[in-house]
Amino acid sequence: MPPLRATSTDLIMDVVALSRLQFALTIMFHYLFPPLTIGMGVVLVYLEAMFLRTADPVYETAARFWTKIFALNFAIGVATGIVMEFQFGTNWSAYSRFVGDVFGSALAAEGIFAFFLESGFLAVLVFGWDRVGPRMHFFATVMVAVGSIFSSVWIVVANSWQQTPAGHHIVQMERDGRPWVVGGEPVTRAEIVDFWELVFNPSTMHRLVHVLIGCFILGAFFIMSISAWYLLKKRHVEFARRSFTGALLVATLASLAAVISGHFQAKNVYREQPAKLAAFEGHFRTGPADLNLFGLPDSDAERVAFGVAIPGGLSFLIHESFDEPVIGLDRFRSEDRPPVLVPFASYHAMVGLGFFFVTLTLVASFLHWRGSLFESRWLLWICVFAVTGAVAANELGWVAAEVGRQPWIVQPPMIRDADGGLVLDSEGRVRYATATVTLEDGTIGERVAGLRTSDGVSEVVTAEQVRGSMVMFGLLYGLLLLLWLYVLNDKIQAGPHGRETSDSAGGERELLDAAGSRVDSTGSLTGGGEG
Amino acid sequence: MDLALIWFALLAALLAGYAILDGFDLGVGILHPLARTDGERRLFVNVIGPLWDGNEVWLVTFGGALFAMFPEAYATVLSALYVPFMMLLCALILRAVSLEFRGKSTSPAWRRLWDLVFFGSSLLATFLFGMAVGGALVGIPLDERGLFMGRFVDLVGPYPVLVGMLAVALFAMHGAIFLFLKTEGAVQERLGRWMWHSWGSFLVLYMLTTMYTLVAIPRATANFEHFRWAAGVVVVNVLAIANIPRALFARKYAQAFVSSSVTIAAMVGLLALALFPNVVTASNDSAHSLTIYNASSSRTTLVIGLIIAGTGFPFVLAYTGIVYWTFRGKVKLGETGY
Repeated sequence: MPPLRATSTDLIMDVVALSRLQFALTIMFHYLFPPLTIGMGVVLVYLEAMFLRTADPVYETAARFWTKIFALNFAIGVATGIVMEFQFGTNWSAYSRFVGDVFGSALAAEGIFAFFLESGFLAVLVFGWDRVGPRMHFFATVMVAVGSIFSSVWIVVANSWQQTPAGHHIVQMERDGRPWVVGGEPVTRAEIVDFWELVFNPSTMHRLVHVLIGCFILGAFFIMSISAWYLLKKRHVEFARRSFTGALLVATLASLAAVISGHFQAKNVYREQPAKLAAFEGHFRTGPADLNLFGLPDSDAERVAFGVAIPGGLSFLIHESFDEPVIGLDRFRSEDRPPVLVPFASYHAMVGLGFFFVTLTLVASFLHWRGSLFESRWLLWICVFAVTGAVAANELGWVAAEVGRQPWIVQPPMIRDADGGLVLDSEGRVRYATATVTLEDGTIGERVAGLRTSDGVSEVVTAEQVRGSMVMFGLLYGLLLLLWLYVLNDKIQAGPHGRETSDSAGGERELLDAAGSRVDSTGSLTGGGEG
Repeated sequence: MDLALIWFALLAALLAGYAILDGFDLGVGILHPLARTDGERRLFVNVIGPLWDGNEVWLVTFGGALFAMFPEAYATVLSALYVPFMMLLCALILRAVSLEFRGKSTSPAWRRLWDLVFFGSSLLATFLFGMAVGGALVGIPLDERGLFMGRFVDLVGPYPVLVGMLAVALFAMHGAIFLFLKTEGAVQERLGRWMWHSWGSFLVLYMLTTMYTLVAIPRATANFEHFRWAAGVVVVNVLAIANIPRALFARKYAQAFVSSSVTIAAMVGLLALALFPNVVTASNDSAHSLTIYNASSSRTTLVIGLIIAGTGFPFVLAYTGIVYWTFRGKVKLGETGY
């Protein structure tokens, strides 16, 4: 582990806290866009496939309209995504040195397999309506959708490896053929042993499924929101009905799937990261566990205040038995415990929103079956605003996942016995695996086989620098958010057929009017290219 | 097989690919103020509209590959260059956003604002890339662990500034030729003059930089004694630069664009030759330099990386080919665009 250059411990802590805050700000802003892109990509594929099959122009109009909004989201996603890739090096360089051998492969694979695919075909998708035939255009749409899903695969692989590392070993680096020691500290890093074990580490599949379901929920709720607004305003009614119906189907299935996937994922978190699950549930003392529906966890008093709980509920969800003990935070040394309040609150809010989505989509589906959905204005109004809940649920899930894994930026494996049970030390605490290292005087020592977040930060970056960059990102992203909302609103107001009078992008109108016959598509050509 | 050397060469190839592709669209940004009417300004933007995003992916992939294959170098460079890097990220975001937003209102003030942002961010990004190259040739002070020991101000010197200006002239020239190929009529005539102006400025700065390097950066030319073939890269570079005016005279504009692309590739080749075997040169103590051997990932990762690159790159070249083929020919306003 890199030594802390401890001229002032406070200063180091400052850089850690600021760098975490900056990462949280930039990733959360960035993550507004990729789930929208992934969710909407699937819808675009559906619309263009239907257009190819039926030649019904409503599908083309719809595809062109949603492509404009898709492209806007995509552009901001790309611009803010570049920041993420380089921030590992700028703010987390000690971490980058430690994980580069393993994590870097997944990131490079993302670049080569996903980003080129997405960005190349996005150009055809957005700018190519009149340059390629409908089949080629459909192919480009499929490729963009596939690319955005590939991208999520590789980034979830990389993140999951830090949570539940596998397929690697911790080794001491060498200099001039000797084990490398700097300032008394052996220099270690993670090196890859088995690429496929890294890819399919114990949490990858669970998390990937849950992340993608979250994306589909958000994409579907986004389309439901805009369509519901058109229905309420009695504009573009036929277009809005078709869009809403398709999106509602996706939203209903995805909301139900999220609950099921969430259950299995939580069980997996308990198996692989029990401290994290204990933080999610505010479970301090090992023993039969209640399921807190809500409450306010108090880490000092080690209890949940103002809670309403189902007795034995957590034991039941994990073990299918109401009185089986569940590992609590007391099994972990205090320096190995995650904070509780933020994971508890964000996890519970996410779960609550998930059940809200299930209720809402089931009620809407029922009314649709009865044929009265589009007359139920109160429900359409809820659908207009429910998209904010879908955004929040996606963000909150990640907040819970990332704060809940603290204090580790790379979690060390827990020592287990032959049956897979956790091995405890003399004080009854979970033991983490260690790696063997050679010290300066040639003696053999041990270092924990993971990396603490506080040791992952850049050694040479100062608090002033991070503060400066955070102000920059804050201003820049605030501006971006305002502009995004402004343009999004503009596009929604203009609608799938475009504005009748205003000409927002200049002189295309005459040419398109001359083209004449394709009245439906004239509007969407105006300002069609945002890629 | 020397895997670290192969990856060093592949990274140079990625960087060259990035510089050639994003080079022309950054160049279009630098030349943007020369457009006289709003129609011309829109034309310039639409020339690069479908292309710039894919071009920037080369930078992202270069960064990912550097992280994966030489993590020590990635970590040292990015944390040392914290402030300039944040400025670069800011420029790249603003550039993407300005392309996105300039067409969203017809208000002249709104458009002038985003035109200015587009120009400024293109200029800043190019200048910073050039400074980074200059800084790489000079080296930075590193401690025993390979951590940067200097301060931000140590990164700014006359040489990096000179190379930054060289990069601006080079991309302006490259962008002018690309614009010339994509336009027609009165705009194209004016661009014809600008190709000559930018070529002239590039030539002057190129000669100044060469002299400065020969006099003040002995390390940059040390490898030429070991590798006789390296002189070939210099010859290619000089011939490519000389061929640009020849091709312009002969009205072979596509050939001029190929020549300026070869010029860029050869200059990246010279950079790699000057650095080798270092990825990051320590200016204080050569023993602290990060070389392709002591900064690289394990053998297993280098092999996995080659498999990933070998599987992926044929596809990448195919997509790039499809996109450039789809958007071939002159750009006219009134099509789908910004």
